[in-house]
Amino acid sequence: MCDQTFLAEVFGPCDKCSKDKPLRPVYVESEQLSYCSLCVEMMATEGLRENETLASLKNEAESLKGKLEEERAKLHDVELHQVAERVEALGQFVMKTRRTLKGHGNKVLCMDWCKDKRRIVSSSQDGKVIVWDSFTTNKEHAVTMPCTWVMACAYAPSGCAIACGGLDNKCSVYPLTFDKNENMAAKKKSVAMHTNYLSACSFTNSDMQILTASGDGTCALWDVESGQLLQSFHGHGADVLCLDLAPSETGNTFVSGGCDKKAMVWDMRSGQCIQSFETHDSDINSVRYYPSGDAFASGSDDATCRLYDLRADREVAIYSKESIIFGASSVDFSLSGRLLFAGYNDYTINVWDVLKGSRVSILFGHENRVSTLRVSPDGTAFCSGSWDHTLRIWA
Amino acid sequence: MAQDMTEKELLKMELDQLKKEVKNERQMVSKTGKEIKEYIESMAGEDPLLKGVPEDKNPFKEKGGCTIS
Repeated sequence: MCDQTFLAEVFGPCDKCSKDKPLRPVYVESEQLSYCSLCVEMMATEGLRENETLASLKNEAESLKGKLEEERAKLHDVELHQVAERVEALGQFVMKTRRTLKGHGNKVLCMDWCKDKRRIVSSSQDGKVIVWDSFTTNKEHAVTMPCTWVMACAYAPSGCAIACGGLDNKCSVYPLTFDKNENMAAKKKSVAMHTNYLSACSFTNSDMQILTASGDGTCALWDVESGQLLQSFHGHGADVLCLDLAPSETGNTFVSGGCDKKAMVWDMRSGQCIQSFETHDSDINSVRYYPSGDAFASGSDDATCRLYDLRADREVAIYSKESIIFGASSVDFSLSGRLLFAGYNDYTINVWDVLKGSRVSILFGHENRVSTLRVSPDGTAFCSGSWDHTLRIWA
Repeated sequence: MAQDMTEKELLKMELDQLKKEVKNERQMVSKTGKEIKEYIESMAGEDPLLKGVPEDKNPFKEKGGCTIS
């Protein structure tokens, strides 16, 4: 340099570390401060360090996932369909629509059976929640929610109440009354409060507790009477779309599926995630425990359904076909667990042989997406709800 | 809430979860798969959708054909 400019050194306490050092002018959010040269350097590289931390976290996560895969692979000595090689193949299935429940004015989003194996509650985009007698197709109760897109509904174990919610971010419980003079909406109780939409809800073994899943990425357990939050479940990295409680014999766990492509199994008492599975390529729309509680199935926007074995801690079957390109919105098992019914966005219901991995039947009938599907409590029939405004009972 | 967390916080949460899971106990698929198969075989006889139910016994098959007490 031929023309040197000499910096006039200002000496004094640094605005950041307070040490007495030669100072440099620094602009932080258009305010002029004086930092010592060390703090100037640290500030300049801060952005860099932040990125490094993020990258190193990502690397650590990737390597742990790899390790987890390795551990799981060690036990993957055989495929499920190989175990089932000598099981008799299933014959032709004849399943037809036996009842069509008409009455919703818009897309049916969710349904649930009552333990009496006869009544059904369903909820719709227009805010209506209807209780049906599926034998006669009569509507027994109807209530209009203050919000649209009631994405979740559930029947209480006693059969005396229903729970529902959606875009209102809440889960509300309505006692069912047969008194014609009573307005159902009058006795409504708000139980759960989330910070985003309610995607799923389920009573636990009694009318006293409700489990909810939400677009805010969490699941939560609530006391119905007081509305108190009993436990919350954090772990999903995006909206939680579905949940299912383990059959009562297997203990206090439940499984949830989300937009982060993960299915997570939770301990209801501790709030801890016990196991998680990330093999789907897209949102998991539905999860359902296998009847024995040792496994669960999932349905996803990646057009596949999968079976996860909880004790082997891995995915053990994929139910898919090249011709099936639309997402599976809901899944449920037949009583023995041999059949998996799955409703799809291409308006069909596919019936899968759980053991062999093959499709045994396609059911046509709905005129729009199948959004919800549940097998009746005694396994005699299953009900599907659709964006075509109807519900169908198949047997 | 997942919606309020930064990318870093989400990653940390995932990392903590993975560290726990690596330690889980697992069993061989040949054993657990066999148990799934055996469960199905033991319950298959009572599965109405699998075996089919005679028309007169199933309340859904014939509309109005059954009286429920």
